[in-house]
Amino acid sequence: MEVPILKQGAVLIATFQAALSDADLNQLRMGLVQQVVKFRSRAVIVDVTAMDVMDSFASRTLREIAHMIRLRGADTVIVGIQPEVAFAMVQLGLTLEGVATALDLEEGLAYLNEKFKTTN
Amino acid sequence: MSVGEIQVAIKSDQDIVSARQKGRLMASEMGFSSGDATLIATAISELARNIVSYAHKGQITLKMVNGTNRQGISVIATDNGPGIPDIRQALRDGFSTSGSLGLGLPGVRRLMDEFEITSQPGRGTTVAVKKWRQ
Repeated sequence: MEVPILKQGAVLIATFQAALSDADLNQLRMGLVQQVVKFRSRAVIVDVTAMDVMDSFASRTLREIAHMIRLRGADTVIVGIQPEVAFAMVQLGLTLEGVATALDLEEGLAYLNEKFKTTN
Repeated sequence: MSVGEIQVAIKSDQDIVSARQKGRLMASEMGFSSGDATLIATAISELARNIVSYAHKGQITLKMVNGTNRQGISVIATDNGPGIPDIRQALRDGFSTSGSLGLGLPGVRRLMDEFEITSQPGRGTTVAVKKWRQ
């Protein structure tokens, strides 16, 4: 199952589906970074609202995506982590340290807009 | 309750997704809260991932179990892989031999109510966990 990536101005929006396999996640990791380069994007929003399980592999991949995109000089915001998923992540010992998160897509865009303003 | 026991063969990353979806469905059908169903599905995902990473193939068995006055779900992950030479080390946070986060087993223990592991080097590993319905 491929993850759709939308281009919204300088921002790319990747929307996760519920049943992503490791292979899908690996593909997304490469795909996103390539698109950031291609479109000279300034930020990526990864919307995980539909994800019902965030295990160690998924959260490590998200962290790697964010760090790769940071190396490109762009920002990443993870949006839509469900309360139950957040609870399970904490129990499991998973953190997304150093990665920006926001409540939902709207909040994520607002966060980036603020950030773009201050850097311009 | 339609199904009392489900077996899922684990041999690829697709099976990890399928095992955790079946586990969530079973937990929901048994009346587990959605939060607990998420914990169970996450634990299954980690156990299935351990099978794929270390043993390449194995099996997850999901079962409804009855306690004295409670009901629960049992998840048993078995493989005939290399086994774990030092279980105590494998249960410590941060330990990993496959380049993963090393949170698998101790994390799964925190997600579930009961946790048992048996492993024989060269013979395989069985991890049996349970969660009781609140």
